[in-house]
Amino acid sequence: MKAAIVVFPGSNRERDAVAALEAVSGTKPHLVWHRDTELPKVDLIVVPGGFSYGDYLRSGAMAAHSPIMREVKARADQGVRVLGICNGFQIITEAGLLPGALMRNGGLKFICRVQHLRVENTDSPFTAKYAKGQVVRYPIAHGDGNYWTDAETVKRLDGEGQVAFRYIADEARADPRGNPNGSVTDIAGIFNAKRTVLGLMPHPEDAVEALHGNTDGKPMFEGLVEALS
Amino acid sequence: MSAEATKAQERPVTVELAKEFGLSAEEYQNALDILGRTPTFTEMGIISVMWSEHCSYKSSKVWLKTLPTTGPQVICGPGENAGVVDIGDGDAVIFKMESHNHPSYIEPFQGAATGVGGILRDVFTMGARPIANMNALRFGSPDHSKTRHLVSGVVAGIAHYGNCVGVPTVGGETNFHPAFNGNILVNAMTVGVAKTDRIFYSAAAGIGNPVVYVGSKTGRDGIHGATMASAEFTEDSEEKRPTVQVGDPFTEKLLIEACLELMETDAIVAIQDMGAAGLTSSSVEMAGKGGLGIELTLDTLPMREEAMTPYEIMLSESQERMLIILKPGREEVAKAIFDKWELDFAVIGHLTDTGNLVIKMYGETWCDMPIAPVSNAAPEYNRPWEPTPKASDVADSVFDGYSEELGDMLTKLFGCPDLASKRWIWEQYDSLVGGDTRFMSGQADAAVVRVPGQTKAVAITTDCTPRYCLADPVEGGKQAVAEAWRNLSAVGALPLAITDNMNFGNPEKPRIMGQFVGAVQGIGEACKALDFPVVSGNVSLYNETNGEAILPTPAIGGVGIMPDAMIAVGIAFKNEGDVILAVGETKGHIGQSIFLREILGREEGAPPPVDLAVERRNGDFVRGLIHEGLVVSSHDAADGGLIVTIAEMALAGGIGAYLTGFDGQHVRVLFGEDQGRYVLAVRPDVAATVQEKAKAAGVPVTVLGETRGTSLSGRGGEIVSLTRLREANEGWLPTYMAAEL
Repeated sequence: MKAAIVVFPGSNRERDAVAALEAVSGTKPHLVWHRDTELPKVDLIVVPGGFSYGDYLRSGAMAAHSPIMREVKARADQGVRVLGICNGFQIITEAGLLPGALMRNGGLKFICRVQHLRVENTDSPFTAKYAKGQVVRYPIAHGDGNYWTDAETVKRLDGEGQVAFRYIADEARADPRGNPNGSVTDIAGIFNAKRTVLGLMPHPEDAVEALHGNTDGKPMFEGLVEALS
Repeated sequence: MSAEATKAQERPVTVELAKEFGLSAEEYQNALDILGRTPTFTEMGIISVMWSEHCSYKSSKVWLKTLPTTGPQVICGPGENAGVVDIGDGDAVIFKMESHNHPSYIEPFQGAATGVGGILRDVFTMGARPIANMNALRFGSPDHSKTRHLVSGVVAGIAHYGNCVGVPTVGGETNFHPAFNGNILVNAMTVGVAKTDRIFYSAAAGIGNPVVYVGSKTGRDGIHGATMASAEFTEDSEEKRPTVQVGDPFTEKLLIEACLELMETDAIVAIQDMGAAGLTSSSVEMAGKGGLGIELTLDTLPMREEAMTPYEIMLSESQERMLIILKPGREEVAKAIFDKWELDFAVIGHLTDTGNLVIKMYGETWCDMPIAPVSNAAPEYNRPWEPTPKASDVADSVFDGYSEELGDMLTKLFGCPDLASKRWIWEQYDSLVGGDTRFMSGQADAAVVRVPGQTKAVAITTDCTPRYCLADPVEGGKQAVAEAWRNLSAVGALPLAITDNMNFGNPEKPRIMGQFVGAVQGIGEACKALDFPVVSGNVSLYNETNGEAILPTPAIGGVGIMPDAMIAVGIAFKNEGDVILAVGETKGHIGQSIFLREILGREEGAPPPVDLAVERRNGDFVRGLIHEGLVVSSHDAADGGLIVTIAEMALAGGIGAYLTGFDGQHVRVLFGEDQGRYVLAVRPDVAATVQEKAKAAGVPVTVLGETRGTSLSGRGGEIVSLTRLREANEGWLPTYMAAEL
């Protein structure tokens, strides 16, 4: 699997994504600077976390209009898989690859913690290695993760299997807290209609090795490598 | 703007102006003598910040010189932007802790944010990629009307800046005490890593070499910030809000990347950030260290505001700016990198052989004075000081008539502001970015961050117990260093070196100066005994409001190393049936303890004495056990004593403890804060081995019980459930902050 990671001024989790992809695929991903207008031929494009353009104006809003995003959209239209994590989710949503919007967390504070999620749909290379309904733990680290869309769209997303992950509260676990940011129907991540594009707030790339305390994010990258190699 | 308009804004230079700028009459006379004439207005401004307490360390220098600063591991000690320590394999760790107290009290969000920005620049200016931030915060009483607002603003400011630049904030400490009501402490620490052969220093070299300005534009913010930081607060401190700078972490992130990219070329001769006293201190220090002169022409300097005067430009503390001396002809290479990162870049002068600082603008010269005589003449005082009278130990009679249930006492302690969980704070910090963080906050005695791309890891801690320092500055200073050393040892790291952030009141008062002197003596003693030298630091004096001084707070930032991040052990109990051991001797020292303050309502007595030889023996023993893989959980026994330490380990792991080791013991033994102690949990099959090893090493080890169930219990049944302790512990801060209006 060949992968490219798009880097904007202010991106800061691109190194985490590089490490996760390299560890699982054995191949170093390309880093593509936001001013570039061409992408190398790749199977996966990652838009990483961070504070592109300092989150000024609105999270992801300025990066969505960066030259490279035209190329990312064109590739996505051709079926190249796109993974937007955290700020990357905000950027690809602002760019129109996914419906809805990400607003300030309900509690108005940045939150960093390990969060329980339920895998809602496994019919994609991103989630194929999980079981439907499986509970996984990914870290979250965001201030603007409050996903919103209208009720009709939520219904459509659910009906078409486009909800990838939901935050869950799990009383049986050490930290039982659920939805951290007020997102509509606890949505943590969604697919596009073809399930070739995934945007999510939590960080699977920071849960891939023993040092991270859990490796629940690793199957996402393994699934991608298996499907795209 | 023109030369005429500038002159129209200037004021006559007199002794009154000098005083307004924070100098004494004698210091002003000294300036006249050095120059042989009256300084210009711009020169007066420059001299006043160079000679401010903040920049000149005039009250503290004579004592700081006594601290041990060398060792085989030390590559660069105090005097540069940060300390540099060898961690093997051609790698170095670069770190420093710095205060931003006064600005954070006036404007908590921006004050704390720019504190983080400033310390980051001190570290990456030396060639290091920052890998971790820490912070040590002291607030006033929770009952004080301003405290909630200050906690909220400071934490949000640190989060805003650290999260955006993408450096994980991996730990710290937060205390509350009425002595900080009018003067909070915000101490921020950054740790970075670099290659030992790619470290950048600030001494300028090469006559004619270009002087380059990069980063944000200069505005009128922070003018005379260094002067503000060198005076006491009064009721009108609010009026000083305009002297607080405004931070832009996005620009800082670009600046980090651009500088590190430039550092991969061979274009740089010297580099320094513009921190306190901005362009003045950076240009004067760089030229001064190189024994050269520097000539700046400010017309091309990137400015954010219209019609700035040379005085304003030289004293501005606008953030996210760096000064670089380039090799000749490398301007284009450097400019291309800063263009890529969309940052300002301007050649604003060159080095000269005159030894003078020359400032030109609008076709005229505004400053032309010799650097060395002015720098060297910076005042240095050996201020009068009084030793703090020794307190006597607390008599057993304080316990008379006291018979609260142990479970109730523990619940009370776990919900008191100093021991309550600080989750509300650290969950606002991105502690994981980079993917190299081993523990979430609160899960280990020291943060453990893997060196990017390697297996080895750096351990980091910040420590100080201000109530000990007030009661006995010498023992308190010793204790702060010993606790940092102990916290690093408790995770399995080999302690390497410290940075000290000395926060004290007005040094012109002999009692306060005595606290400073005592703390330096104690720190020095501990550093020597533990081979734990001081490699960088910062002094913040005049932490007083309306004559009320803070508790003396010599905050210590300690750094250690371990060959593999996965060796590290945290505090959490992991299995049922592990044997709980106390390492070190418990006499039950109750003076200045949390128990005495929170349960008996008394702040008195001598702090626990630190036996540095015992400290070292016990720490080496624990670290050795961890490296042999014999330890499951490890926690230093500090605030609250053994029983609190065990309860913290139980809460962190969600596994309780069945305790037998306290049967028949005085309450002193449970809550005493004797130093040099650890609580370990080990698998039952190695407990005997550990005890044999302890005997061989001459280390006292006692069995306290075993991990079991979901409560603390003993032969008499349940003492307290973890659920009840957790509610008290996790509940206090969120409830307190939720009352914010």
